Amino acid sequence: MLDVLIVGAGVTGCAVARELAKTKRTVKVVERASDVCEGTSKANSGIVHSGYDAKPGTMKAKMNLEGNRMMEQLSKDLDFPYKKNGSLILCFAEEDRPALQELLERGEKNGVEGLRIVEREELIQMEPALSDQVVAALYAPTGGIVCPFGLTIALAENAADNGVQFQFNTEVTKIEKAEDAQGTYYKVETSKGLEEARIVVNAAGVYADKLHNMVSNKKMEIIARKGEYMLMDKEVGGMVSRTLFQLPTKMGKGILVTPTVHGNLLTGPTATDVEDKEAVNTTQDGLGEVLAKAGLSVKQVPSRQVITSFSGLRAHEVGNDFIIGEAEDAKGFIDVAGIESPGLTSAPAIGVYVAELIQGIAPAEANPTFNGKRKGIPHMADATAEERAALIKEDPAYAQVVCRCELVTEGEIVNSIRRTLGATTLDGVKRRTRAGMGRCQAGFCSPKTVAILARELGKDEAEITKCGGDSIFLVGKDKENV
Amino acid sequence: MSEKNIDLVIIGGGPAGLAAASAAREAGLQDILILERDNKLGGILNQCIHNGFGLHTFKEELTGPEYAHRYIEKVLEQDIPYALNTMVVDISKDPNSDDKLVMAMNKEDGLFTVRAKAVVLAMGCRERSRGALNIPGYRPAGIYSAGTAQHYVNIEGRMPGKEVVILGSGDIGLIMARRMTLEGAKVKVVAELMPYSGGLKRNIVQCLDDFGIPLKLSHTVVDIKGKERVEGVTIAEVGPDRKPIPGTEEFYSCDTLLLSCGLIPENELSRQLGVQMNPVTSGPSVDERLQTNVPGVFACGNVLHVHDLVDYVSGEAAMAGKNAAAYIAGGCKNSSEAPEVEIKTEGGVRYSVPSTIHMEDMPDTLTVRFRVGDVYRDKNLVVYVDDTQLSKMPKRVMAPGEMEQVILVKKKLEEAGVTKGSKHSLRITIE
Repeated sequence: MLDVLIVGAGVTGCAVARELAKTKRTVKVVERASDVCEGTSKANSGIVHSGYDAKPGTMKAKMNLEGNRMMEQLSKDLDFPYKKNGSLILCFAEEDRPALQELLERGEKNGVEGLRIVEREELIQMEPALSDQVVAALYAPTGGIVCPFGLTIALAENAADNGVQFQFNTEVTKIEKAEDAQGTYYKVETSKGLEEARIVVNAAGVYADKLHNMVSNKKMEIIARKGEYMLMDKEVGGMVSRTLFQLPTKMGKGILVTPTVHGNLLTGPTATDVEDKEAVNTTQDGLGEVLAKAGLSVKQVPSRQVITSFSGLRAHEVGNDFIIGEAEDAKGFIDVAGIESPGLTSAPAIGVYVAELIQGIAPAEANPTFNGKRKGIPHMADATAEERAALIKEDPAYAQVVCRCELVTEGEIVNSIRRTLGATTLDGVKRRTRAGMGRCQAGFCSPKTVAILARELGKDEAEITKCGGDSIFLVGKDKENV
Repeated sequence: MSEKNIDLVIIGGGPAGLAAASAAREAGLQDILILERDNKLGGILNQCIHNGFGLHTFKEELTGPEYAHRYIEKVLEQDIPYALNTMVVDISKDPNSDDKLVMAMNKEDGLFTVRAKAVVLAMGCRERSRGALNIPGYRPAGIYSAGTAQHYVNIEGRMPGKEVVILGSGDIGLIMARRMTLEGAKVKVVAELMPYSGGLKRNIVQCLDDFGIPLKLSHTVVDIKGKERVEGVTIAEVGPDRKPIPGTEEFYSCDTLLLSCGLIPENELSRQLGVQMNPVTSGPSVDERLQTNVPGVFACGNVLHVHDLVDYVSGEAAMAGKNAAAYIAGGCKNSSEAPEVEIKTEGGVRYSVPSTIHMEDMPDTLTVRFRVGDVYRDKNLVVYVDDTQLSKMPKRVMAPGEMEQVILVKKKLEEAGVTKGSKHSLRITIE
């Protein structure tokens, strides 16, 4: 019998797992995909929100502020890319100034520090690429950018290094409440067999409603709200230095233009509710909308520099707030649901909050061997000449470049496969090392990375997948079907 | 970190780098080093196992590896040093001299710096990716650039798919349509956004027509289906604005989408060095010696502009190598400062290589290569110096997929009044 079973290895599931690793408990995370960070956590804006946006008093406001305050230290402890670059919320018309003022007041009520309204003259100094329509902006210096994969993977690795089990390719099919002498527990049927746990944490993203409704009569509904994005070459990553949001206009909710923490330029997302919770496809209309709206914020959208586009699904709950807590009619079943924006920012705080909830339900001793520090994969691309030379001296594989666009070496790729919760797929390597994230989008390096994966995992190249399941690259040998 | 001095560093050991190295040695330069990022010399030719290479250079039809082999043999005979699996990670101008500092690394030597008097840029190009094409849909496995598929089939003997749709009729796409068919896959259709093919006429005949593979001009992929592996793509006709026409969508079930939608010169290092770029070619702007605006830095092959025929790459690269050797032999001095001639391209001529001419360094004849922006029938290629017509050449057909050239004769330019120290514009146009 597990003390805690966490369903979902997205950023919230992993944050909860790491917090629980600080205590003496048996904790397991099950994930239907082949890796951590395969759902909403992998396809979002990568923003550490300052917290001006959420309605005061909501869980969103509380968790956002707390998460924002935690992020910097966490990025040092867990060695993932984070930068406090500041955010600007752009106002495009004089008549919208009251809305800007309202946002400032709301932010102050939420406890966001350093907020102020900046006029055009100063704004142009701060961000010369701003469009002519911008009249003023709310400046939030505590806004930041983070690598969403880096954060999630770091949380998961650190949790695993401290004793949490992770099991992938495991989909929950049924949950039943049960009783024994010690009280309530849950029988959780999965595609890989039965799990039993005193406490279940429902961190299943867009499917959190499905899980919740298996055990509770107070039904929940999570709507998948699609957001489409375009990512641009590092050549134009320096076009803006802060994250540019838009005040909602008559045209509807705006989109952002931001540098990413790795130096690309990102723009998006759209917001469309979709029936199919697997519909992570981009659309012609969506991508068109992204480009058009980005043109409101900056003078010239470098559309010829687009290197990829993607879409993600927000787990939107109709009440418009995070639902974090024990289900009313299911003791020990803890929902962490409706975690849409600012979910990434909030995740570390949600982890702490949920761990405290669990401590209240079933207290446990502190884990005396917990080590909260984790060392990430070295990146030759970011290293100085001295650091590069030192890495190569330690392992010559750090001199063998595999991904030329992002300067990722064999040493880094092997590291990403051999480490705790190591990569088993091409996407897994990509998110851990950035191999294939550059301008050629894995054209040159994918055969090499597939070969390294096969060698390290003791498999044939034909068994290596992009992201698990049937996502194979090779279907046979030459002339087999002639 | 070690530092060594080398007169000429050639970045890239593909056809361009090899020909440049060999020609530099023939011109008398001893101290040369080729840096190649892959595990063998020859570059992308190694995976081009079809024939048709070398008709101009060797007057016979060779396969890609055979063509590469001839140049590799030459470089080995000339005993020119090269380093494999070696990536150049940084390149800069030495602030205290005219030297270039090339930082590179490999497993054997670790991280090292080469101080070079001259550099030949011969890094080649990459293929335009799905992301750059903005094709909407899912992102499953089974979407490959044509070159990646070519690597799998021809180098590794592995099939990337069984039922194939190809977007783009560039030469690699056409060659791969035939290759995939020969290896047992079914190629259902080749869709091309433009109203004309981007590939050579001979490839359309030999790779598509001969195998009954349909080519749909003015068509593009508007959706990709399949969450794990490609299950199909939707193709639609496009109007003159190249936007899809609603109602023309047609679904093709397939497990593979190959992309052959253009090549992009890989000039990240050139930019680091402050080399001035031509926005049309995405390659450096060069003068008659194929020298960039940075003295002692030359460019050739697909990093300079994308070629159709490797024969032209070899010829161009040999010139770059020879000129680099002359630059070093002359004490790394540039003989003349400002170019006398600026080449302007008009009337459908998109760019030219070179784009400027110093008369002092101009050979007796100079080949100027370029591409046109549309299909032209029964027109003339006309060259003017200022307002004087220098030459007029009738052309039955010109197309964007085939590189064109004019040959300038130094004597004729001089007769037209172009002399050292004067300023002229030379116009190439279609009439």
